[in-house]
Amino acid sequence: MSKNTEFVKFDKVDKSYDGKILVVKDLNLNISEGEFITMLGPSGSGKTTCLMMLAGFETPTNGEIFLDKNPISNIPPHKRGIGMVFQNYALFPHMTVYENLAFPLKVRKIQKDEIDKKVDKALSMVSLSGFESRMPAQLSGGQQQRVAVARALVFDPAVVLMDEPLGALDKNLRESMQYEIKHIHENIGVTVVYVTHDQGEALTMSNRIAVFNDGKVQQLSSPDKLYEEPVNSFVAEFIGENNTFGGEVTDISKDVCKVKLQNGEILANPISVKSKGDKTTVSIRPERALINPIDKMDNNQTGKIEEVIYHGDHTRLRLDLLGNKEFILKVPNSSNELDLKLGNQIKVGWNSQDARALDPK
Amino acid sequence: MSSETKQILTTDGIPLEISLKKAERKNKIKAFLLVAPLLLFLIITYIFPIGEMFTRSIDDKMITNMLPKTFKSMETWDGKELPTEEVFASFLSDFKILVDKKEHGKLAQRLNKEKNGFNTITKKLFRQVKRNKIDETQSIKEQIMKVHKRWRNVEYWQAIKRTAPPYTSAKYLKAMDMYLNEDNKITQVSEDRRIHRILWLRTVEVAFFVTVFCFLMGYPIAHLLATLPMKYSNLLMICVLLPFWTSLLVRTASWMILLQQQGVVNDFFVMIGLVSDDNRPEMMYNKVGTYVAMTQILLPFMVLPLYSVMKTISPSLMRAGKSLGGTPFVAFWKVYFPLTIPGIGAGCLLVFILAIGYYITPALVGGASGTLISNQIAYHMKTTLDWSFASAMGLMLLGGVLVIYWLYNKLVGVDNIKLG
Repeated sequence: MSKNTEFVKFDKVDKSYDGKILVVKDLNLNISEGEFITMLGPSGSGKTTCLMMLAGFETPTNGEIFLDKNPISNIPPHKRGIGMVFQNYALFPHMTVYENLAFPLKVRKIQKDEIDKKVDKALSMVSLSGFESRMPAQLSGGQQQRVAVARALVFDPAVVLMDEPLGALDKNLRESMQYEIKHIHENIGVTVVYVTHDQGEALTMSNRIAVFNDGKVQQLSSPDKLYEEPVNSFVAEFIGENNTFGGEVTDISKDVCKVKLQNGEILANPISVKSKGDKTTVSIRPERALINPIDKMDNNQTGKIEEVIYHGDHTRLRLDLLGNKEFILKVPNSSNELDLKLGNQIKVGWNSQDARALDPK
Repeated sequence: MSSETKQILTTDGIPLEISLKKAERKNKIKAFLLVAPLLLFLIITYIFPIGEMFTRSIDDKMITNMLPKTFKSMETWDGKELPTEEVFASFLSDFKILVDKKEHGKLAQRLNKEKNGFNTITKKLFRQVKRNKIDETQSIKEQIMKVHKRWRNVEYWQAIKRTAPPYTSAKYLKAMDMYLNEDNKITQVSEDRRIHRILWLRTVEVAFFVTVFCFLMGYPIAHLLATLPMKYSNLLMICVLLPFWTSLLVRTASWMILLQQQGVVNDFFVMIGLVSDDNRPEMMYNKVGTYVAMTQILLPFMVLPLYSVMKTISPSLMRAGKSLGGTPFVAFWKVYFPLTIPGIGAGCLLVFILAIGYYITPALVGGASGTLISNQIAYHMKTTLDWSFASAMGLMLLGGVLVIYWLYNKLVGVDNIKLG
């Protein structure tokens, strides 16, 4: 079975609430069938608006959304057949768990025994069998969350939308729910569009992530690519930790460029710089810079330790390096005893390949 | 086992329960002192007057105190034939005391209420007593019987005996258009004199329909209030509350201006050609006026509880209903509406209870066919001065409200009420 790569398609979608500001600008996005795609971005970046347009609670100001090649702008929400998990679960408080799950089936006029079967299956999927007669208020946050997921899936929708579903849970529960949702997705192969502002969540769960900022998709790629190869400094900043240097390109060849900083010079990988004299922000992941490198690296600098923070599995160092006082290093605690004391000078090295010269901030 | 039944002690060896009580006592006293003024206020202004109303409505002690000896001697009388000499003698001695105190008129009045004709014969007896015509050495029975032939009629003595108990249910029966006849049986008054039952029914009917109208109009308003953005909803809220801040009398008077036959509404109807000028409909001094004015006045009492409940219903619930495949109507009926029931209950109960005791509005715009039981109560308070009858009706109204409250509790549950 060949997968439809344009199962959900946003085609030049614009959205404005007040006719003055565009909250979504020229959105083009293809989601393939069975994919888990996450819309990630800070609040106000337009990701939830996109979800609401897909669900049918907002209409695009311009452009069209296609679901399985059919335009859906004129279809009301209840006819779209899209499951949705809401931020605060939106379980019906006056109905039992069973009635909540049976609701989408009843409105579709499905036979009683068929409903029982489907509800049973959906509840066992989220491991809540036996909770049928509970009221939502009698469930814990995590259980309510799972009921909400089961309810969005029970009527076998083609697409399930999740709007920051784990926002209200505590950290441990959130993590275990992330895996649970991921496994459910893998098992039943439904297309999931997930909205979150938590990058960790996005990285763990998704096939692809669309990073939103300012109403636009900044980068759409798989989690590893997003982390390793951010295409602009917003993505680099937003995803994971990041050390940056602002400077100016003084020399550029095919895959390496020289960047002049305020005090010093480094080699970097030219991503979005084209020619000499371009302003740039160079981004280096903390784990890509090593202390006392054994291998030969083409960037070698010396920095002063400003702060040492113990993190259990690793130690974070804050260095003053090339005028950047916020340069972060992660040192695994298993590594051989280094002399990590405040004020010490240490050698730091990294490959120019890992130092990405991006657009200036 | 013994370790389980053993008292738990504090570290100082005092039983835990006693220690706890001691520790809590101060707080309890403080709490009581805080509510004490209100409690006192309630007792003085609410519970005590209701108790007073109740005793007044069943009180019949006046005549019991007027004829103590008579009733004492009547205890052995079977009430079939004329009473014995002893009864007549004690009646005369009671009567003489009343004449000395100049209270015989009151007695005549009270007895006349029990049976027509007492007025005349009491007056005659009074004249005889005044002129000292009754010789106590002779048979008193014979002499009294000579005063007027009615004194020889056993029915009049039976009527006196009926007034003996210090309490009476007569006022309550009267409010239901019934009375106790000579045989102590509850009887209905003749058909053309039944007015109270119509008034009770009309009161319940008006209160019911006013509640229904308020609900039908208040629900959408409350929904709009709860869903509109802040700046519009505040304005709408002021529109809802504005009549609330206007004096009841002013509002009712403005309805009179609007609804009278030469009023604004009728003028408008004539202007748009809905009715002809010489055939203006009567919208006031009848039930229509009562309905319109009371619905408008009581509307905020429906809107506010509904609003406070609707405000707490997350808009995502309706969205969830729709996204799960429910049409907007199904989502409303299955999801939104059941969640507003606590507000509906509170609003309806509030409006109904207020409407059932409404007084000024029906008095001003109700006319003859639009007056309610409270107007009747006021009439007996102010005009006939039959306070015990007014008290009886007031208490029946109170009892009715309590019954409705109890029914509501049985059907919906009072815990489900949400006033705000």
